Amino acid sequence: MKGICYSFIATRLLIAAVLLSARATGQENYFVTYDQHLEEPGNLEVSINPLIGKPPGGNAFVGSWMEFEYGATGWWTMEFYLDGQSTRRESTLFTGYRWENRFRPLAGEHWINPVFYVEFENVHGSDKILKDVVGFDSREDFGEPNAETHGEREREIETKLILGSQYRGWNISENFIAAKSFSNEPWEFGYALGVSRPLGLAATPRPCVFCRENFHAGLELYGGLGDAHSLTLRGTSHYLAPVLAWELANGTAMRISPTFGITGQSFPFLVRVGVSYEVAGFGRQVRRMFR
Amino acid sequence: MKTSKVSRRVTALAALLFTGTATFGGNKVRPPQEPGAELRKAPRAASSWRNPYGGQADAVLAGKKLFGKHCVSCHGEDAAGIDKAPSLRSPVMRSATAGVLLWFLKNGNRREGMPSWSKLPDQQLWQLVAYLQSLGSEGSASQ
Repeated sequence: MKGICYSFIATRLLIAAVLLSARATGQENYFVTYDQHLEEPGNLEVSINPLIGKPPGGNAFVGSWMEFEYGATGWWTMEFYLDGQSTRRESTLFTGYRWENRFRPLAGEHWINPVFYVEFENVHGSDKILKDVVGFDSREDFGEPNAETHGEREREIETKLILGSQYRGWNISENFIAAKSFSNEPWEFGYALGVSRPLGLAATPRPCVFCRENFHAGLELYGGLGDAHSLTLRGTSHYLAPVLAWELANGTAMRISPTFGITGQSFPFLVRVGVSYEVAGFGRQVRRMFR
Repeated sequence: MKTSKVSRRVTALAALLFTGTATFGGNKVRPPQEPGAELRKAPRAASSWRNPYGGQADAVLAGKKLFGKHCVSCHGEDAAGIDKAPSLRSPVMRSATAGVLLWFLKNGNRREGMPSWSKLPDQQLWQLVAYLQSLGSEGSASQ
């Protein structure tokens, strides 16, 4: 009976997702940095974000996360992530999941807009998505074989203070990260900074694919800041990453970011790619199906 | 062993919250809220802000395109409103000045589900305002 009920609900949710005709355009302009903008209420954004890299002396890999971002209310967005990776000459693995919530406490727009972020993650040691950098994370962590790291389980709570501003078309965002593993390890810290801007500020009167307003260019800088025992930049990894995002008219957006390591602990070079699709009014359509 | 049980419970709770609370509880359908009260919160100076695209046909077309991209899913193709998203052809909206509409688009009303559109550049917001001000009154043909 329970099985039937679950499959009935799952089928209806799937049908809702497929049949929805209302679409909006996703506007995430960064890979690692969060800005102050939440998902529009009732919208669901689905995206896949592969990261391609090769640790020195190790095998090339593709780490990827699949993201489901839902605007629960005007002040609350939640996201669910499924992580995976494939390492050349080794294996392809599901590496865990993450569940995050972002809350915007202040009504209205301010010069600086704060957002609180809380995430629970349950991943294997073989996770290679590098969604953020905290503590003394380094490229050496990615060089170990999957057979050794997949048995390690990492559960942690991650919190962020996100500050974001808009100024003359520019978005300027700062993230301060504090993460605590459920095991007996100290708090780890990190940061992410981002600036981005659409290439065209005014919209053209007619629909277009390649016009400047559909492109956003930006730059991200992120890295670790040590842990509670040693708050430092020494021995930590840091990355500088230009980002180019392109919005297509049908709700699809694409992003690419060549990422450059700027310390000895960082990967010298990584490439991130992202494709997202936004379903507008998802929550409303699902509610109607159950009414 | 204990940690594993706790982890499973957290997972179940997460799944329940994600699929249930957010979808059904977070966005309860309520009658449309007239934006009049929110518009009155605009600073006095906003009334005097002038739309640099005021009266430009191309700006109205660009605003219509932006409306289709960002607003249609809640307010409908004809801007008459869906569920709790109000009509944008109401007398309150039609009597609001361009500056007040810009202020409202930038700030939104998160409690009632209207997001802030500050992520759009001012130029695009003004184009949206130009389109909103070109809309006819309720009951008139959609533009």
